[in-house]
Amino acid sequence: MSAETTIPENFSLTEHVTSFAFGEHISGAAFLGDIVGFALGDGRVVLHDGEKSRELAAHEGAVQVFAHDGEALYTGGDDGRLLRIDVSGTIETIADEKGKWIDAVAISGAGAIAWSAGRSVKARDKQGGLREIAAPSSVRGLAFAPKGYRLAFAHNGGASLWFPNASSPPEVFDWKGSHLDVSFSPDGRFLVTSMQENALHGWRLADKKHMRMTGYPAKSRSLSWTHDGKWLATSGAEACILWPFADKDGPMGKAPRECGVRRARVTAVAGHPKALVTAIGYDDGCVLMCRLTDSAELLVRRASAFTGAISALAWNRVGARLAFGTAGGAAGWLDLPPLP
Amino acid sequence: MSDKIPVTVLTGYLGAGKTTLLNRILTEEHGRKFAVIVNEFGEIGIDNELVVGADEEIFEMNNGCICCTVRGDLIRIVEGLMKRKGKFDAIIVETTGLADPAPVAQTFFVDADVGASAKLDAVVTVADARWLLDRLKDAPEAKNQIAFADVILLNKTDLVTKEQLEEVEARIRGINPYAKLHRTQKCAVPLDAVLGREAFDLERILEIEPAFLDDEDGHAHDHDHAHAHGHHHDHGHDDHDQHHHGHDAKGNGGRAKAHSHGGLKHYHDEEMQSVSARIDGEVDPEKFMPWINELTQTKGIDILRSKGILAFKGEPKRFVFQGVHMILDGDLQRPWQEGEKRESKIVFIGRHLDEAAIRAGFLACRA
Repeated sequence: MSAETTIPENFSLTEHVTSFAFGEHISGAAFLGDIVGFALGDGRVVLHDGEKSRELAAHEGAVQVFAHDGEALYTGGDDGRLLRIDVSGTIETIADEKGKWIDAVAISGAGAIAWSAGRSVKARDKQGGLREIAAPSSVRGLAFAPKGYRLAFAHNGGASLWFPNASSPPEVFDWKGSHLDVSFSPDGRFLVTSMQENALHGWRLADKKHMRMTGYPAKSRSLSWTHDGKWLATSGAEACILWPFADKDGPMGKAPRECGVRRARVTAVAGHPKALVTAIGYDDGCVLMCRLTDSAELLVRRASAFTGAISALAWNRVGARLAFGTAGGAAGWLDLPPLP
Repeated sequence: MSDKIPVTVLTGYLGAGKTTLLNRILTEEHGRKFAVIVNEFGEIGIDNELVVGADEEIFEMNNGCICCTVRGDLIRIVEGLMKRKGKFDAIIVETTGLADPAPVAQTFFVDADVGASAKLDAVVTVADARWLLDRLKDAPEAKNQIAFADVILLNKTDLVTKEQLEEVEARIRGINPYAKLHRTQKCAVPLDAVLGREAFDLERILEIEPAFLDDEDGHAHDHDHAHAHGHHHDHGHDDHDQHHHGHDAKGNGGRAKAHSHGGLKHYHDEEMQSVSARIDGEVDPEKFMPWINELTQTKGIDILRSKGILAFKGEPKRFVFQGVHMILDGDLQRPWQEGEKRESKIVFIGRHLDEAAIRAGFLACRA
């Protein structure tokens, strides 16, 4: 898809969607090559290759948190277990925090993994070296810096940046309130958190300068960067809200863009890996693709009164397929056809 | 709305018997499934239930409301539990013995996601008949829990004399005359005395009158009290609960008034009291709304709970509100019925309330 293409009116992608009904909350979806994986609220993980599916009884209880690195899925459950599940369906137990829930999980591009359970944050590097640190409060958001073995964790009162293999204490970025999810800009210049207060907060790492991103009618719990790193797409409003991060000051003093304006709340966003296109999922189950260059929209999935909010949304590596799942247990994927 | 999961909050000072009540709820044959959020892991004797450990993380909200605190851990756990929706019918939150119930309750009003998926059913406080009087003197938390309660189990009644029991009950009534109170041993109560109360449901606020003892066995009756209970006896002992539903629905203020002047000793707690005020007619919403907002904004730290049923001028429906500290929740409810007296009544339970000022302020709202 390129910015020059004109999309015909009433063009819809809905007939290119393969649908499933799992009947359980979809906690996460991701592509591992040609296989799509869904993690469910009853602890199952389903792998589907387009023809047949394979069900794995991964967790006792719900899959609470989910991550992937293109080769494997990482699922954390309320059974306290953190699992790595590869395309062959092989399950490896990475951690077992007995009696606790896994509250967050993050994967680095360099083979490291981090997870939290309550206030305990653990990081394991590629060689298997395990480090632990106690956060000021329960941690619900983790993110590895784009470069170097450095982990951000969100907590009450701000976020902290921690070098797991260094003895120095984490560097604290403070801002009053409870911080939930955390994300680095792809260039590593900015750190952004979502908050309990229907707002995002950002810091420029170089000088800890604050960026307040407010105006949401609900919590913004889904954050996704465009492939060029210039925009942060966010959920929480009746449109996908995109904050500009191209300039050295980030979104400071700038208004965000909106796309996919509907009378439904955005619950999930996923930036296309190669084009300025964002997939947008809504609380009525609708999924749109929106092209940022001209705000053109394509319908992927119609709103559905019975299947709940979009709870998972993910592109494959090349951006030719899009998987989605809902809180009510519907799921599917889109095979993007060549545009007419 | 009806598919919101009801949440019962169990409070009670250390050793009062919260865990006993919890175990009773979980073991009884009721066919219901509970998700239980506990703070003291391992005391529960049940392992086939959905039991979640929590860490009472209390966060201040950045909303300018100085007493507005929420339980961050509860927000996280309720969100997580909703991924297992359909696997349980209700949530029970057991707080630690030293907990203030307010942040738990406020969580359900302040957090929109939690409020969309779950609803507060009632705050149930277990009190130790033997030690409560001492705790009311030395533990502000114990007094908070009594003041905040919708349902109080006055437990371990077998460990005190009749006189001691009446004394402690009168002390409770001096703080909170509105909670349903049950005298218990080993927290033995029918489950529907503590579950499915809908105490925070505006649709269910039918009357605001002092509540009285549900378990009358061994109760000293003086003239007034016996009179008040005469009605009760008509139904016999086996259908207490039906009786109380009936009582709720009828809203016989006269009978309850007899209750309030009943045989119990009257105590006025120096610190924590309830204040009620009534207008024999309508109020002007243009006056009332600014007044109640101002009152709860300025005195909200001291006001633990508030409730009201109001006849607004020219409004065919009853206006009902309830509040927790500074958070108010109000709406028009069912229409005033034919023959029903249009009157307006409010109740506050709180600390060092200025009764005269509250009364005067409310009376000035008369239409």
